[in-house]
Amino acid sequence: METPIIELQDIRKSFGPVEVLKGVNMTVYPGKVTALVGDNGAGKSTLIKGLSGAQPYDSGDVSFESSPITLAHPKDASQHGIEVVYQDLSLCENLDIVQNMFLGREEVHQSMLNQPEMEKHAAATLQSLSVRTMKSVRQKVSSLSGGQRQTVAIARAVLQKAKVVILDEPTAALGVAQTEQVLALVRRLADAGVGVIIISHNLADVFEVADYINVLYLGAMVAQLKTSETNYNEVVAYITGIKGDTSAAEEVEEEEVVS
Amino acid sequence: MTTPVERSTNPPTKTAAQTVGGAPAPHQIATGHEGTVRDQIDTYVQRIRGGEMGMLPALAGLIIIGLVFWIATPFFFTKTNIANLMTQTAALMMLAVALTFVIILAEIDLSAGVTGGLGMAIFILLTNVAHWNWIAALLVAFIVGATIGTFIGFMVARIGVPSFVITLALFLGLQGVILVLLGNAGAYRIEAPAVTAIMNKSMPVWAGWLMLAIVVAISLFTGLYDRSRRVASGMHVRPMSLLWARVIAWAVGGGFVVLLLSLNRSTSVIPIRGVPIVVPIALAILWVGTMMLDRTRFGLHLYAVGGNPEAARRAGINVARLRMVAFVLCSTLAVVSGLFTASQVGTVESSAGRDIVLSGVAAAVVGGVSLFGGRGRLAQAAVGALLISMITNGLGLLGLSAGITLAITGAVLALAATVDALSRRRSGATALTRG
Repeated sequence: METPIIELQDIRKSFGPVEVLKGVNMTVYPGKVTALVGDNGAGKSTLIKGLSGAQPYDSGDVSFESSPITLAHPKDASQHGIEVVYQDLSLCENLDIVQNMFLGREEVHQSMLNQPEMEKHAAATLQSLSVRTMKSVRQKVSSLSGGQRQTVAIARAVLQKAKVVILDEPTAALGVAQTEQVLALVRRLADAGVGVIIISHNLADVFEVADYINVLYLGAMVAQLKTSETNYNEVVAYITGIKGDTSAAEEVEEEEVVS
Repeated sequence: MTTPVERSTNPPTKTAAQTVGGAPAPHQIATGHEGTVRDQIDTYVQRIRGGEMGMLPALAGLIIIGLVFWIATPFFFTKTNIANLMTQTAALMMLAVALTFVIILAEIDLSAGVTGGLGMAIFILLTNVAHWNWIAALLVAFIVGATIGTFIGFMVARIGVPSFVITLALFLGLQGVILVLLGNAGAYRIEAPAVTAIMNKSMPVWAGWLMLAIVVAISLFTGLYDRSRRVASGMHVRPMSLLWARVIAWAVGGGFVVLLLSLNRSTSVIPIRGVPIVVPIALAILWVGTMMLDRTRFGLHLYAVGGNPEAARRAGINVARLRMVAFVLCSTLAVVSGLFTASQVGTVESSAGRDIVLSGVAAAVVGGVSLFGGRGRLAQAAVGALLISMITNGLGLLGLSAGITLAITGAVLALAATVDALSRRRSGATALTRG
């Protein structure tokens, strides 16, 4: 087995008296798609916000490419090449594709925006992802479809040379064809060597694209499964808590990781 | 589809350009710079139909209203009146430009007018009572403006008071401060001739032509510079003829106005000719501001925060600092607007700047600056100001009462806001940003 790009150990996070993450372990491998599933309130978003640095964990160890790191600020995450593509899409609709892809990290030339270079890199990035649905990189995002917007958001992460891309419900608002497009893009992203974490409620999508499926149940990681070695019913059983005792969660997953 | 023909000066990126079903043209994502003049025009028409109308409605309004007044009163398109119109517009235009910086952020500054008034009140006290040099006094006035802007920015960005409320409070409060400073007695006369000259004197005729030459040269050289940068990066460039068209438009349009203003427009024996001094000042401010908005990270981030503050924050933009800077710019430029007003009337009154602010907002909106934030350019605010001044000026010439002028201005504003809302709906821009 390859060395993991991210390893989380005993991650804990509380909001006041509410313990949202109760000692979560997780591993993410480069070039693989790791799905994170779980019912509402299982702690998926909290786990991701910690990884993005937006909401640091209370305790626990994060190692990145086998060395321990701290994620106290979004800048820490982006320095290590961890990029999050949020569910509600962090795009400015009044700006065009290039402006969105470079937002906050614009290239400048003599303190003026370097438009031609940014256009060039944006177009090259979209082309490297085999994106063929957009007419111009100067299109306003407001004129794009949901799938195209998702593509821009993912391309933005790729442009920043992300090593880990976290996708929060990337297909939630999309139709069938657009979902297929985005899932294909996710696959290409992983094939390019990026470690991909995908959060989804849609198990069909998860089974289609993920290499590993991790299940959170009430703040504990109850299962870390290989997609090829599990099935729909088993995953549902873990999600709903029928299978996998919460108290014994930590021990269970230790064994499964080894397998 | 009007997909432009590829004239591939693009570098050969490893081709993701699979030919779908053996279609001949390899797919490349365009940049909007490809193709012939024809293609460019097609793209432009498409953008307009998609709801990105920019200043077109305002320009159309300008032409229609101009024609109406031309027919209604022959005096409207005389040399004298055009010069009048320019000076009458200057203060309103500067205020609309100032407000645009905060309106882009979907904020508002209701105190901009009285901020200008306070700046001038302090200026007049320093020059007339303390006998300061007028330049030093003006500098202090600008610092006062910047300080007020910093205060508003702090209250909005750090404390979280809605800008509408805090600037309304300042609108009332600063009026009081001006009253206390100047007393009820009324007006102070401006004694620095250089200050009154801004609005009431004209440049020599040759200086007007020099100004035009500089404007045309800037238009040409920025165009050529951008082009050379694109070529250096190996990107497509627009046809050269479009650049020439733009330069010629500036030269002809500007040449017409300068020519008109270079002729004697006096009705008495002392000739008056030349471009009013305020014109190059306003143009310079407009140009610098436009450069900032269009070509710097600051400008781009301003639009980003106006469009989706959360996305901007996630992208690592310091939203609070940006808001502060926008309010500082607005209040400082508001003092420039106050200076123009004071220069025009030659006095500073205790009611300075009280009435102009809503006209300033109206001018920006009429020009196409969106109150929802994220859309609008300084030139649009300027055109909007010109439109509103034209209405006031033309109706005044027709001898209509102030009441009717106000009613018509209001109707135009309502119309402009409707156009804005409809075009936003068209471009679907309301969907996600205002969650």
